[in-house]
Parts: sequence; C-alpha cells; structure tokens
Amino acid sequence: MMTEWIAAGLLLTGALFMLLAGLGALRMPDLLMRMHATTKAGALGSGLIMIAVAVHFGETGVTARALAATLFIMLTSPVAAHVLARAGYFTGVPMWSKIVRDELKGKYDEDTHTLAAPQRYRNKPPADDGKAPDDGAG
Amino acid sequence: MMDVVVWIGFIILCLALVVTFIRLVLGPTLPDRVVMLELMALLTMAFIGLYTIQSGHSAFLDVALVLALTAFLAAVGFARYLEKGGHRDDD
Repeated sequence: MMTEWIAAGLLLTGALFMLLAGLGALRMPDLLMRMHATTKAGALGSGLIMIAVAVHFGETGVTARALAATLFIMLTSPVAAHVLARAGYFTGVPMWSKIVRDELKGKYDEDTHTLAAPQRYRNKPPADDGKAPDDGAG
Repeated sequence: MMDVVVWIGFIILCLALVVTFIRLVLGPTLPDRVVMLELMALLTMAFIGLYTIQSGHSAFLDVALVLALTAFLAAVGFARYLEKGGHRDDD
C-alpha cells in the first residue's frame, strides 16, 4: 500500500517535470536556454518515472533494469547536451537579442579548435621572482 | 488508484509531447530541432515506463534502454555532422 503511494507520487512528479521541459522548450527564446530547460528537466523526469517503475514492481530484475536506464540517462544526457550546444555555438546559431555577455567570444580559434589566451596575458615576460636558475659562472 | 495515476501521467505526457512537437515544427535552426528530437526520445522513454506499469509486462523496460542508447548516438552523430560543416546556414 505504501509503495503504491510512493510510486504514484514519483510518477506524477516525473510526468510534471516532463511537461515542464516541454513548456520550457516552447517558451524559451534561445537554443541554449531551451537546452537548459529540456536537458535537466527531461532527464530528471524520465529518471523519476523509471524509479517509479522500479518501486511499483519491486522485483530485483525490474529494479536493476530501471536503475540501469536511469543511470544511462544521467550519464548520457549531459554529454549529448554539451556536444549539441558546442555544435550550435560554432555553427553560429543566433543568441537571444537581450543577452548580456558572451564570454567565449573572441577567445576561441575556430580553425584550430583551441582556446586562445586573452589579450592581457599575451607576450608577457616570464615572472622575475628572484629564483631564476643561474649557470654557476659566478 | 495506480490506474488513475497512470492515466493522468499519460495525459500530462501527451501535452508535453504536443508542446515539444510545436517547437520541433517552429524551431528556427537545425540544432533546435535536434534538441527537440532528443526530448521526444526522453518523452517516449517515459511513455514506455508508464505503459510498463499499466500492462504489467516488465519486458518493455528493455525497449526503453535501447531507445535511450539510440537517442544518445543520434544526438552525437547529428552534432558531429553539424560541426564538421555539413549544414552551415539553416533556411
């Protein structure tokens, strides 16, 4: 009886999180903000529903498979979001018009795919802290 | 009680799927649509979970695992395709 209530609560919470992910995907103005809504809320919602399945059945095999599915979602969803956001950023998907700051702008070489140092760190002489190795010539 | 809760869950997930599909059609760029397809895969996994509870056959969970695997591979493949210069301007 108690497990039924717990499973029902987990299931409803998961379904509401999935609805939240869909609403965020519809209403957010920007690719990165949409991913912010869908990735986290979607992974949490489907994970909660899988845990609800495990609680509802209460068998070892079902629990193992449901937890494996949850773990897989929790592992792969951030990786997929990272890869997609990276691809979207470098293909020039427009950002929201009211965005305040783009920290990566001008600091990334799109040809070599390496981070360039900011301007204030370039051509700086090595720090002279009095510990420079001498050559022993006296 | 579980039957009623599962039906309420189905209704909520249907609403989420409709909303996601609207953004999939509207989505101005290709990465938007890929993100929405990934969310639809997650929604389908949730549907499978609900149907597992409703039907009582736990074998459907394997379908959910395989679906998660293919959705992840599809997302990574799409991202590589985008980043390696397959589809620069989307219009």
